[in-house]
Amino acid sequence: MRAVFILATKELNDGLRNRWILSIFLLLGSLALLLLLVSSAPGGTVKVSSLNIGVVNLTSLTVYLLPLIALMLSFDALVGEFERGTMLLLLTYPLARWQIVMGKFVGHLVILMAALLLGYGGAAVISLLIADGSSAGWENYLAMMVSSLLLGAVFLVIGYLVSLLARERSAAIGLAIGVWLFFVVLYDLGLLGVLLVDKEQLISQELFSFLMLINPTDLYRVFNLSALSGNGEISHIAGAIEIGSLSPLMLISACMGWLLIPFLAVIGLFQRREV
Amino acid sequence: MAESSLISLNNVVKRYRSETVLKGINLNIGAGECIVLVGHNGAGKTTLMKLVLGLIRPTEGTVTVLGLDPSKDRSELLLKGLGYLPERVAFYESMTGLEVLHFYAKLKSEPISECDALLESVGLTDAKNRPIQTYSKGMKQRLGLAQAMLGDPQFLLLDEPTSGLDPVLRRQVYGLINRKCAEGKTVIISSHSLNEVEAQADHVVIMNEGEIVTNGSMDALYKQAELPVVIDLKVAEGVLDKLSERLNGIATTAFVGENKVELGCSLENKLIVIKELMSLDDLVEDIHIRPPKLDDIYLHFIPNKAAPAEQKEGDRV
Repeated sequence: MRAVFILATKELNDGLRNRWILSIFLLLGSLALLLLLVSSAPGGTVKVSSLNIGVVNLTSLTVYLLPLIALMLSFDALVGEFERGTMLLLLTYPLARWQIVMGKFVGHLVILMAALLLGYGGAAVISLLIADGSSAGWENYLAMMVSSLLLGAVFLVIGYLVSLLARERSAAIGLAIGVWLFFVVLYDLGLLGVLLVDKEQLISQELFSFLMLINPTDLYRVFNLSALSGNGEISHIAGAIEIGSLSPLMLISACMGWLLIPFLAVIGLFQRREV
Repeated sequence: MAESSLISLNNVVKRYRSETVLKGINLNIGAGECIVLVGHNGAGKTTLMKLVLGLIRPTEGTVTVLGLDPSKDRSELLLKGLGYLPERVAFYESMTGLEVLHFYAKLKSEPISECDALLESVGLTDAKNRPIQTYSKGMKQRLGLAQAMLGDPQFLLLDEPTSGLDPVLRRQVYGLINRKCAEGKTVIISSHSLNEVEAQADHVVIMNEGEIVTNGSMDALYKQAELPVVIDLKVAEGVLDKLSERLNGIATTAFVGENKVELGCSLENKLIVIKELMSLDDLVEDIHIRPPKLDDIYLHFIPNKAAPAEQKEGDRV
């Protein structure tokens, strides 16, 4: 654990030094504050908590931004060290390869956590103070923050996989953007296309739920919107399924799968890699 | 060769796709030996070091270090105290020299208090708080050496430790390496600067195109190569004929300039020739003996290749 801690601290210091934490915090914080203030504006006769509306709006924002931020943090983590030559030296020190990956993961996760906590948390506090709004729905907001961190964690690990599969940094960044485009944009577009074509409803609800489970961004949407499903604010593809068909346990298991399987793949590939 | 081998390579072959980088290497290195790997670029020296470090696995054959497979029993092996300086050492550019050393010291579970002394020993005290991106190649090389010596390891692998250093710094670095050898550490150095490492070498391994051409102590290699000892003489006028007559059969003579003669003799005849010269009394005004250098031995064993030192010079141009 000591080696993991040392490596995580180094990553965290790098994050502070190169202003990653500051930029992610400013980006997430300012957008969250803007959305929350807009959400707290009087919205007609329907009385809905501004934090709940905030969750819906922020979920749509986070699902695009956070995977990209996580991939940008992690795509370079291994291929960059190989390319610059620092990995060669690191591997001659008494630490296992899984500890290198874990150390980077913990460091990057803390960077994301700090930025999310300060950005989203701070924005919620400020919006409540400014708009004098109700704090109702805070548990949904908190769940959104935690699940955002999990979404970030999943894409960090996917980023390490990209970082190992690509032989050069330039290839890794291309691959990372491709991965982002696939999971965040193309996958859902594809599903929507299939739904539109499937007029005879050949695709069952179960199959559709399963197809949602194999995309971490859809997992995130379903998780956050399921708590609000009674409020009628749900838009996007997540609204196309009967959310009750995916239990929280199933969602959490799928999320853990998305964390563990790529992580084990990274460790396996890294072990075999010659320097 | 040491009876109890610290490092043992048996019929080691390393192939990268169709390219064979090492072709059946057999080598045993005993604890406390100071080994110099000599060879031109691409001879397989770095590959051999990486195999010993367990960073790569042999395609065929076995590598053992302390009786363990370095690619499998890494943590146990590395904890026993190993220092490595890669050929092209690289550090995290945004960290300062001192931060880099602290980082590696913590990974080795060594006290960070020793870092200042190490930086001083490689002459980087003044630059220790500067980011690595402002360091010259030579400074990075010295920092690399400092990190290799963290925790005073029993076993040092130094891949071209003086590349990029000026002559004064080279001398300092070899001073450090000499001290480690004298302390009984096992040191493996690969170098292009053959004549510089001559003093350090208990054992020289000459490599060419993935094979060990020859290996042994410096004395053994001198004998094996049968290279002449060159003796430069400053003599009185008209002595050359007398000299040729006296040294006939034991040394060759060549008149190389005004009152200057160059003699060549075998290692065994060296003392006989010197005694003969001494008997000439005041006819010989000055003597300078030049034993064969490692460069000459290298050229003897690999005649078709340029000497590594020359090649390096060419690289710089």
